[in-house]
Amino acid sequence: MARVKFLCDADRCIECNACVTACKNEHEVPWGINRRRVVTINDGKPGERSVSMACMHCTDAPCAAVCPVDCFFTTADGVVLHSKDLCIGCGYCFYACPFGAPQYPRVGNFGSRGKMDKCTYCAGGPEADLTQAEFVKYGGNRLAEGKLPLCAEMCSTKSLLAGDGEMIAKIYKERVVKRGYGSGAWGWQTAYKETITV
Amino acid sequence: MIRERLSIGRIAALACLMLLSVTAAHAQSDQPQSVNPTASAVQEQQLLRELDRVTGRVTIPDRSAATLIQPEGREWRELHQVTVPTYGGYALLGMLAALVLFYLIRGRIRIESGYSGRTITRFGALSRFTHWLTAVSFIILAITGLNVVFGKALLIPLIGESAFAAFSQWAKYVHNYLSVPFTIGLVLMLLLWIKDNFPSSADLKWLAQGGGLFTRSHPPAGRFNFGQKVIFWSVILIGGAIAVSGFLLMFPFYNTSIAGMQLAQIVHSIGGIALIVVIIAHVYIGSVGMEGALDAMGSGEVDVNWAREHHSLWVEQEMSRSARTGAAPRPAAAE
Repeated sequence: MARVKFLCDADRCIECNACVTACKNEHEVPWGINRRRVVTINDGKPGERSVSMACMHCTDAPCAAVCPVDCFFTTADGVVLHSKDLCIGCGYCFYACPFGAPQYPRVGNFGSRGKMDKCTYCAGGPEADLTQAEFVKYGGNRLAEGKLPLCAEMCSTKSLLAGDGEMIAKIYKERVVKRGYGSGAWGWQTAYKETITV
Repeated sequence: MIRERLSIGRIAALACLMLLSVTAAHAQSDQPQSVNPTASAVQEQQLLRELDRVTGRVTIPDRSAATLIQPEGREWRELHQVTVPTYGGYALLGMLAALVLFYLIRGRIRIESGYSGRTITRFGALSRFTHWLTAVSFIILAITGLNVVFGKALLIPLIGESAFAAFSQWAKYVHNYLSVPFTIGLVLMLLLWIKDNFPSSADLKWLAQGGGLFTRSHPPAGRFNFGQKVIFWSVILIGGAIAVSGFLLMFPFYNTSIAGMQLAQIVHSIGGIALIVVIIAHVYIGSVGMEGALDAMGSGEVDVNWAREHHSLWVEQEMSRSARTGAAPRPAAAE
């Protein structure tokens, strides 16, 4: 089994936000919820850099560790998923997450939070694959269809890579060697406790 | 002449060509190293070293989404998963063990001169209402709060994941809504009892005798002894911190950043466990631990002998006041 990961080659990201749009459309994510976002550091200044970020599907995921109802599980592919039937919307996973991935729909007045929603690596949830119940709660399940996450698949500059961690690391290394520079795999040290050295 | 000129021209052109090709070759050999369009761009490791987090700008209106990487989530995780449950568990079990030990050694603290049959009013209706409003909401808040810290480890193996999640969902709602009566109780308590809870010289004597807990003596005390003052200020200060941090947690990101939310959660959990530890001792000494004590918050009327033994200065004060005003003496027959 592969251990799937995301890798954003920040030297290629042009902040087009197509990954964000693709994700919202593919999973029919409600208004106010952003499973993926593009953050621009030093916006408009010299040294500007954009990085597309979503759940990194961490090794030893902090969200799973702090969840008071233990609603998270990791699939054989290394995808971190959760059960919305168990989630109580306490918000703790957001405090623990290094990447701001968990999102909460506002279900009432003030700050009352509904069931947490986050990037599923296009792998659905604990329900049976490709069922309506799964789609309503977690969105599409491209992995079950043999496809990779849509955000990475449709990235116009191929900045965002998804797939087997070793394979995308190899692709990234080849790029860095060929073009002569690379800013590293953003978030990898935090998510996987390893980074790509060229 | 013409031929000469041509040859000079040819030589010059040749020289020019050679020079160009040399510079071109030079440029070609330099290219892989010299062209890095993002050389001046920010680096992840550098940002994490400098600021402990990476923040930028996002096009969506969610401010907290602008934080790209915040590794201190891992420190919060360590506090929430390991530090607080470990030391909190020790503190809770330690207090329970200490009380059991105290009961075994000291036994129930009796009214030494026995019931007199005459009572004196200790707490009026408003005081008792305030006490039980705060007490009932605190007990339920404590149970539903402990569920968040220890429930996963203790209850999931017993009742299963889905039953535990359903219970926790309700526990969360109850916990959120009971914050209101608890906070009202805190404010009323502060207003009602603060005047009797400032430190006094009697407190030093009380403290010197260990409150008479181990010596079977009865150091003089006013309306509240030093131990009760500690309970009062714990409830007001720790309870206040719990209330403030709790409301911050209920209104996520209204006035706080993610670091603020983490801090609020830590204050809330440490404060909660600390107050539970204090209140366990309070419940013990107010019920099983001391004969006649529960009446103070039950009927509000305490036995005069109990009052003389535990709050001698307060009894004197009450007696002299009723004598001065000429009103019916406060100590009344029980029947």
